[in-house]
Amino acid sequence: MKLSTWLIRRLIQAIGVLLGLSILVFLITRVMPGNPARVALGARAPQEVVEELERRMHLNDPLYLQYYYWLSGVFHGDFGESLFTRRPVLDDIKEYLPATMELALMALIFQAVLGVTLGGLAAGHENRWVDHSVRLGAYLGIVTPSFVFAIVFVLLFGYALRLFPTMGRLSAGVVAPRVITGMTVIDGLITGHFAAVGNALWHLILPALSLAMAGIAQESRITRASIVDNLRKDYVGLSRTFFIPERKILFKYLLKPSLIPTVSIMGLDFACMLGHGFLVELIFNWPGLSRYGMNTMLRKDLNAVTAVILVLGVVFVTVNIIVDLVVAYLDPRIRMGTERGT
Amino acid sequence: MERNLSRREALQATYKSFRRGWYKFSRNPLSVLGLVMVLAIVFVAILAPYVSPFPKHAGRYVCFKDATQPPSLNHLCGTDVFGRDILSRILFGYRFSLMMGVVVLVLVTPVGVVLGVIAGYMKGTWIETLIMRVTDVFVSVPALVLALAICSVLTPNIMNAMLAVSLMWWPWYTRLVYGLASSLRTEFFVQASEAAGMSKFYILFREILPNCLSPVFTKMALDMGVVMILGASLSFVGLGVQPPKPGLGTMVADGAKYLPDLWWIAMFPALAIVFVVMGFNLLGDGIRDVVAVEEV
Repeated sequence: MKLSTWLIRRLIQAIGVLLGLSILVFLITRVMPGNPARVALGARAPQEVVEELERRMHLNDPLYLQYYYWLSGVFHGDFGESLFTRRPVLDDIKEYLPATMELALMALIFQAVLGVTLGGLAAGHENRWVDHSVRLGAYLGIVTPSFVFAIVFVLLFGYALRLFPTMGRLSAGVVAPRVITGMTVIDGLITGHFAAVGNALWHLILPALSLAMAGIAQESRITRASIVDNLRKDYVGLSRTFFIPERKILFKYLLKPSLIPTVSIMGLDFACMLGHGFLVELIFNWPGLSRYGMNTMLRKDLNAVTAVILVLGVVFVTVNIIVDLVVAYLDPRIRMGTERGT
Repeated sequence: MERNLSRREALQATYKSFRRGWYKFSRNPLSVLGLVMVLAIVFVAILAPYVSPFPKHAGRYVCFKDATQPPSLNHLCGTDVFGRDILSRILFGYRFSLMMGVVVLVLVTPVGVVLGVIAGYMKGTWIETLIMRVTDVFVSVPALVLALAICSVLTPNIMNAMLAVSLMWWPWYTRLVYGLASSLRTEFFVQASEAAGMSKFYILFREILPNCLSPVFTKMALDMGVVMILGASLSFVGLGVQPPKPGLGTMVADGAKYLPDLWWIAMFPALAIVFVVMGFNLLGDGIRDVVAVEEV
């Protein structure tokens, strides 16, 4: 199957999933006991105002009609108005999404680099102390919730050692670069505002690391297992009999096939990260989509909650398509479109 | 008579394979450590009112004279801002964590497994499409996010937290069993039952299902930890166990306000979460190794 056909099929699937997700989210937010309009306006609001908002939100129509109105709005880029900030939800999301993406990308980089390096190290020193300590560390990484890591890092690096800041994206005195993508590091690089880049990176390290820990653990384990597995394969032995240097075997022949399971798991890890971002952003006071989502959930701000979840769904589905593409690149044996993905 | 005999033989065979499994399991010190940790936690959680040093401190209790004491011999993990002994609260907190894990898995596994068996056996029909596409939707967003959303629209308490996590967790079992069942449906023993005219129900639940169970049990052991982390995370943001009840996540969130000076209030409950999740993971890994070897 050609790449374009595969991609189109994949996109259609993704749209189906997102439509399903929209129904699910819509149902979740509408089973809420109590009147959303009343919750939004508070107990003191006069009855007429509440009724007016009910009419605007179509709360008196049957569910399927409500869904229809809401969905047609979504297709026009209109997620409704946040019941709390009184701004269009889309504006809120545009403001907060880049911070979360920046954090998630940084965490992904940590995961990929540290996970693969540690896994490779462990595999290279199989059953020696390096291997054992990496595996023990990975175990701790998997069993520790991200919010515990966040708290430990804040305590250790923020307060005890005072190496890293524990709040926000930039220090108080640093001027933020002009907003282009919304990601401070990238904006700083584009505009040549390098002081901000350094400062932003410095702020990123702790939250990104807290988010990435579980992934690093997971990936180092999987990379280790897959390299160890591949090392026993015939082609490695054959290469050795031809006196191909060990380094070349490792980097040229072994690394690419060994990374396939690592990359596949990264898609799932990314989802985990988006989820745990809800807690980590709260702890680090990171002005991202997850903190916004968490706050909207706690305030029962329906329009915003549905929008945040849908946006996360879009991000996740996109990431998984990219992961599938990377896996297909790494492993030509995987014929695209045959039982892969979804 | 003959039937009885064969049943006894079957029983003996089960016992033998159990003994073999236990032998393999007991050879790995880490698995045994996991089992011991889990048993210890279950023990102290059930007997919390008797083994904890200050059982009264688990609920609404205030004694400002003892407030915010650092760990000492009298209070091994220190006391919180209300003067409650943190160790006692952790032991009671384990009750909620265990309850969370057990209830969620008990609710989720049968539903997920049955749907998975049906979807796997009916591969290629609209039933399979329906079930599997629905699981696609559920796994398209991180479980924690949807669980948070569900909890936030319901009244925050542990029952609703368990409900929310359960709603998010069944698709993983469906997917696991679906994979197994769809490969089993072409096996000879299934085809033989079909040829013998056995009912679909019999084939699904007496032929295919028993052959899917050992991976399911392995997954359950490994999932205990994950579900507990989800529960603790929900409690952490105030959507799970409600104060003054001592949920582990709730206690961490409480203590986080007083970092870094009163570090013990958050640190010990956090370590307690790590400890219990680690126990279940070690146990789950041990079970997985035994099952995997047996299957070869």
